[in-house]
Amino acid sequence: MKKYELETVVRVSERYGSGLLHLVLERTDGKDMPEMAPGQFVEVAVDRAKVLLNRPISIFNRTDKALELLVSPIGTATKALCEYVTGDRLRIIGPLGHGFSTQFAAGTRVLLMGGGVGIAPLYYQLRTLLSAGVKAEVVYGNRTAQDAEICALFSGLAPLHVCTDDGTAGFHGLVTQHPATEGAFDFVQVCGPKPMMKACARLAAAKGVPAEVSLENQMACGLGACLCCVEDSKDGNVCVCKNGPVFNTSLLKWQ
Amino acid sequence: MAIDLTTHIGNLTLQNPVLTASGTFGYGLEYADFIDLDRLGGFVVKGTTLEPRQGNPYPRMAETPSGMLNAVGLQNAGVEHFIEETYPLLRDCKAEVIVNVSGAKIDDYVAVAERLQERTGIRAIELNISCPNVKQGGMAFGTTCAGAESVVSAVRKAWKGHLMVKLSPNVTSITDIALAAEAAGADSLSLINTLMGMAIDIETQRPKLSTVTGGLSGPAVKPVAVRMVWQVASKVSIPVVGLGGIATAADAIEFLLAGARAIQIGTYNFVDPSVSVKVVEGIEDYCRRHGVEKVEDLCGALKI
Ligand SMILES: Cc1cc2nc3c(=O)[nH]c(=O)nc-3n(C[C@H](O)[C@H](O)[C@H](O)COP(=O)(O)OP(=O)(O)OC[C@H]3O[C@@H](n4cnc5c(N)ncnc54)[C@H](O)[C@@H]3O)c2cc1C
Ligand SMILES: Cc1cc2nc3c(=O)[nH]c(=O)nc-3n(C[C@H](O)[C@H](O)[C@H](O)COP(=O)(O)O)c2cc1C
Ligand code: FES
Repeated sequence: MKKYELETVVRVSERYGSGLLHLVLERTDGKDMPEMAPGQFVEVAVDRAKVLLNRPISIFNRTDKALELLVSPIGTATKALCEYVTGDRLRIIGPLGHGFSTQFAAGTRVLLMGGGVGIAPLYYQLRTLLSAGVKAEVVYGNRTAQDAEICALFSGLAPLHVCTDDGTAGFHGLVTQHPATEGAFDFVQVCGPKPMMKACARLAAAKGVPAEVSLENQMACGLGACLCCVEDSKDGNVCVCKNGPVFNTSLLKWQ
Repeated sequence: MAIDLTTHIGNLTLQNPVLTASGTFGYGLEYADFIDLDRLGGFVVKGTTLEPRQGNPYPRMAETPSGMLNAVGLQNAGVEHFIEETYPLLRDCKAEVIVNVSGAKIDDYVAVAERLQERTGIRAIELNISCPNVKQGGMAFGTTCAGAESVVSAVRKAWKGHLMVKLSPNVTSITDIALAAEAAGADSLSLINTLMGMAIDIETQRPKLSTVTGGLSGPAVKPVAVRMVWQVASKVSIPVVGLGGIATAADAIEFLLAGARAIQIGTYNFVDPSVSVKVVEGIEDYCRRHGVEKVEDLCGALKI
């Protein structure tokens, strides 16, 4: 998919209770957003953070006019990004990488599993799957109670199963322990912290179904040029930014 | 006023003085959605070795103030793969495609150069005797005059094309190494490679790179690089290609004034994938504003 450098303007900047920021960006030239696939990401130039490198952020949603991001303020650049308000400008590079599989036979049952801000790429993925007639359910885990806004977005489309580590909302426990995961599924797609993704990969393996996970290795270029973001795979070191970020777990040395 | 951007580096003629640096520009194709590669003076592809290399374990990078550390360790698919798979995609490019040649032993450097000479139309190689991220070879050749002399003269015997030698800043006297490389038959010198550095995650109390130390690049290194280019250019009589921290045309012009005939842009390609073309345009604009008809007139024009 062709990559672009896009000048964008913040149309909506909404801070959720948990501290996550939902950003809706449009192009300053008013043109449509280029085509983007779910699971792909963009590099964001956070000028105000005074950092050198751009930061990779998943595509939370894409509509004809807008690109939506979900940002968790964990460090210098993401904290600065969470201060951006309506009317601010952001330079974006993307779409980058390869996303989740979306070509399934009608009636295929896909289990989407998100942990924390890892829920971000699964919303666009869910919309894409449903519009292709694929059945999907979502398990969303968090340390503590989720943002109601995010839950509302997902539960409006498909069955949503919420889990929290502290029991403040939904099921008290890990995503892999949620009863919904005991159902029959044909494919599992995951984004979240690495230990959670590994547990989900084991769950899929136990069911005998394939799993795709979205990795978050540190990146410099996001374009496959610097070779900083590699993951040790069965094919040797592969670039997460170019060959991923989404990988079928059968390629990874996770066992 | 039409500005003449033509740049001569010894027997190599470039359409302008802007190149991109090895290891930061992949094989050029990674940037083709953002810029017209034909508009560059040239690009230097990733360090190429005789055998494929997997490089160092992850994590391989850490951002630092106005810069970054890397410890990629020359991951590449080897010279055979370059010749068979990559070169055919690049051969018609109007920009000069320069291959960065690396190795652990002198014989390896020579073998890579020989294969490129026999089976490609590559006109220039950049000999990487300055990589801080590999245990053997690499920087070991670039940190002593005898080491530099031995590898440069061996490759010189085998390689008839343009021989650019890339110098390490991790030395006591870069001019001594530069003079040794010149005496051994280098056609030009490029400098600087990355500066050895280190960063620690204080929460885990572990190094941020898998290799503990790595190479520092980006705007943070620019003053060091300009100083070294100035020192080397005033000592040697072969052309010097300057790099280290270039982010704008103004940065590039500093290097030209200090005595560089051409420049390379590295880390900043990660920040702005079209920076290289912007620098070409910016240099042209500067020449127009300063009544400079030929960009080569800027080379070493520093007034002291
Ligand atoms: C493909 C991809 C998609 C992503 N999608 C999203 C998203 O949708 N929303 C979102 O909020 N974030 C996302 N991230 C993560 C985001 O890129 C990082 O949180 C961000 O780069 C951190 O930058 P910072 O300046 O805020 O933190 P820094 O100040 O640079 O770092 C803060 C701390 O986090 C550690 N750290 C930073 N990056 C990483 C990493 N990649 N792996 C391990 N430790 C790290 C640092 O070592 C440091 O201790 C994604 C990352 C990738 C690779
Ligand atoms: C990720 C990365 C990989 C690099 N790989 C190589 C390499 O393979 N061969 C080489 O000669 N230099 C390599 N370099 C060094 C650059 O070519 C350049 O000398 C250095 O980064 C300084 O320039 P800059 O500050 O513009 O990046 C690499 C630099 C980076 C950041
Ligand atoms: S981040 Fe540069 S190759 Fe992946």
